[in-house]
Amino acid sequence: MSVIEREVICLVCPLGCKIKVKTRNNETLEISGYQCPKGIEYSKQEVTNPLRPFMSVIKVRNGAFPTVSVKAESLVPKRLLRELSRRTACLKVEAPVKCKDTVYEDPELKIKLLATRNVPKAGKYG
Amino acid sequence: MTAYTIFITSEKIVTVEADLVIVGAGAAGLAAAWKAAETGIKRILLLERTEIIGGILLQCIHPGFGLHIFREDLSGPEFLYKLLEYLEKYKDQIEIVTNAYVHGIETTSYYKKLVKAMTPKGLFYAETKAVIYTAGARERSIFELGIVGDRVAGVFTAGEAQTLMDIYGVLPGRKILIVGSGDVGLIMARRLYLEGAEVVGVVEMMPYPSGLTKNIVQCLKDFNIPLHLNHKALAVRGAKRVKKVVIAKVDKNLEPVPGDEKEIECDAVIIAAGLTPDINILEDAGAAIDPTTGGPIVNDFLETTVPGIHVAGNALVINDLVDNAAEQGYTAAKSVSTFMKEGGLPALEWTRVRVKGNVRFFIPHMLSGFKDVKMYGRSKMPQSPSTLEIPEINKKRKITAVKPAEMVTFTLKKEEIRKAGKTITIVMK
Repeated sequence: MSVIEREVICLVCPLGCKIKVKTRNNETLEISGYQCPKGIEYSKQEVTNPLRPFMSVIKVRNGAFPTVSVKAESLVPKRLLRELSRRTACLKVEAPVKCKDTVYEDPELKIKLLATRNVPKAGKYG
Repeated sequence: MTAYTIFITSEKIVTVEADLVIVGAGAAGLAAAWKAAETGIKRILLLERTEIIGGILLQCIHPGFGLHIFREDLSGPEFLYKLLEYLEKYKDQIEIVTNAYVHGIETTSYYKKLVKAMTPKGLFYAETKAVIYTAGARERSIFELGIVGDRVAGVFTAGEAQTLMDIYGVLPGRKILIVGSGDVGLIMARRLYLEGAEVVGVVEMMPYPSGLTKNIVQCLKDFNIPLHLNHKALAVRGAKRVKKVVIAKVDKNLEPVPGDEKEIECDAVIIAAGLTPDINILEDAGAAIDPTTGGPIVNDFLETTVPGIHVAGNALVINDLVDNAAEQGYTAAKSVSTFMKEGGLPALEWTRVRVKGNVRFFIPHMLSGFKDVKMYGRSKMPQSPSTLEIPEINKKRKITAVKPAEMVTFTLKKEEIRKAGKTITIVMK
């Protein structure tokens, strides 16, 4: 089995360390170039199943703001980001919405979207 | 949070008295209000131009806020709500007035300032002992970049595009070109791609991107959005709406290479050419401005050259992290408390900060030696590895990498400042 070496740029903090990961058969052999333990975790994940935070906005009916901003409860596989966005594009939720409410849960992908903004009923300002 | 009950009519100017007036209720202003109340300042008046409080925090739906000061990874709005929770404790000391646009600050005396504001109901003046100016920054427009062409619809700044998308839920276009590789532009590239638009590319005049590397990865590389380095946008073409943008490769003097022009088809152009402190009013009030930061010249109490007028946040210097903007708010508030308790700032001699080498600027510009100071600065060019040296105190520190996009911060102890004497030189090489 051949050894594959990949370089990833860590996204955990603004330093952006360039981390080299050597794998064989999906088994991690060696990791170098990190400056903190979070880099080790990140690069291992990145070469097997890259995850990203997901943020978007969802339209609100009868709210003080036209939209509520949301984020996924946990990191989402990179390849599902656009699909998740597509699924929520036509969604409308009813005001009021409070920060941390579950605005949408995708039944198939099992991803929960939580509100990150308060949207009271129209007529008041948040 | 109570709103100021002021009955304003257009017949006369309403004047109120305050101990401290804060201009701008964004991250830095709210942080300053909280800290000022905590130090015991009683009548704090927070004037906000728009109808809501929070500034740009409300439209920043991505995480990365609060990592340092709250030790949590929050989105903009969540960071705002956390700040408001702290302010709630001091609601008897803080009054917030919205829809109040401050159009001037007059110096009546060393200890008295007149803050002049316009509201939809009429004119409103506040007589105060001190002012903290935290009105933030404005974006650079297409005209400032020298991009010519037809006056068409579909040209937005990155912040405008962010407001359209993330407050109003409206897509600015379907085929988008982004001019400038600053962080806001990169973050908008990701938002646009994920909401179904085609991002045809990002055009960057320099040979290196101006945003953080992590954003180049998670906003462009992740989605195969092309980054055209060494390219400049020259002209916008279209009939009623933009149809295409002419771009050209540039030489090392940033001049377009003749004959090397390309046309990129798009229906929206986003100008992500950076922010600059919005400080016309401070200039009018007599504050000296530093052309390298675009913001006022300050001492380590974050006081401008006009005594009693302090500044913090993006109005002082364009920050990458909101945590730094909030910290500057705290420093300005503590300084105002000192100003009021001692009848002025306790320093007559200042150590002047000078920069050399790969440094564009470091602030504050003048140091009293009375306290430890957090220095904020940026390099001129990317360099890796790099060292930061201060010859007057024999300080040498290795830095893995410096980039203009990433602010360099470090703390100077008061003993070090006193040891340095009249000048302190910060060198990066």
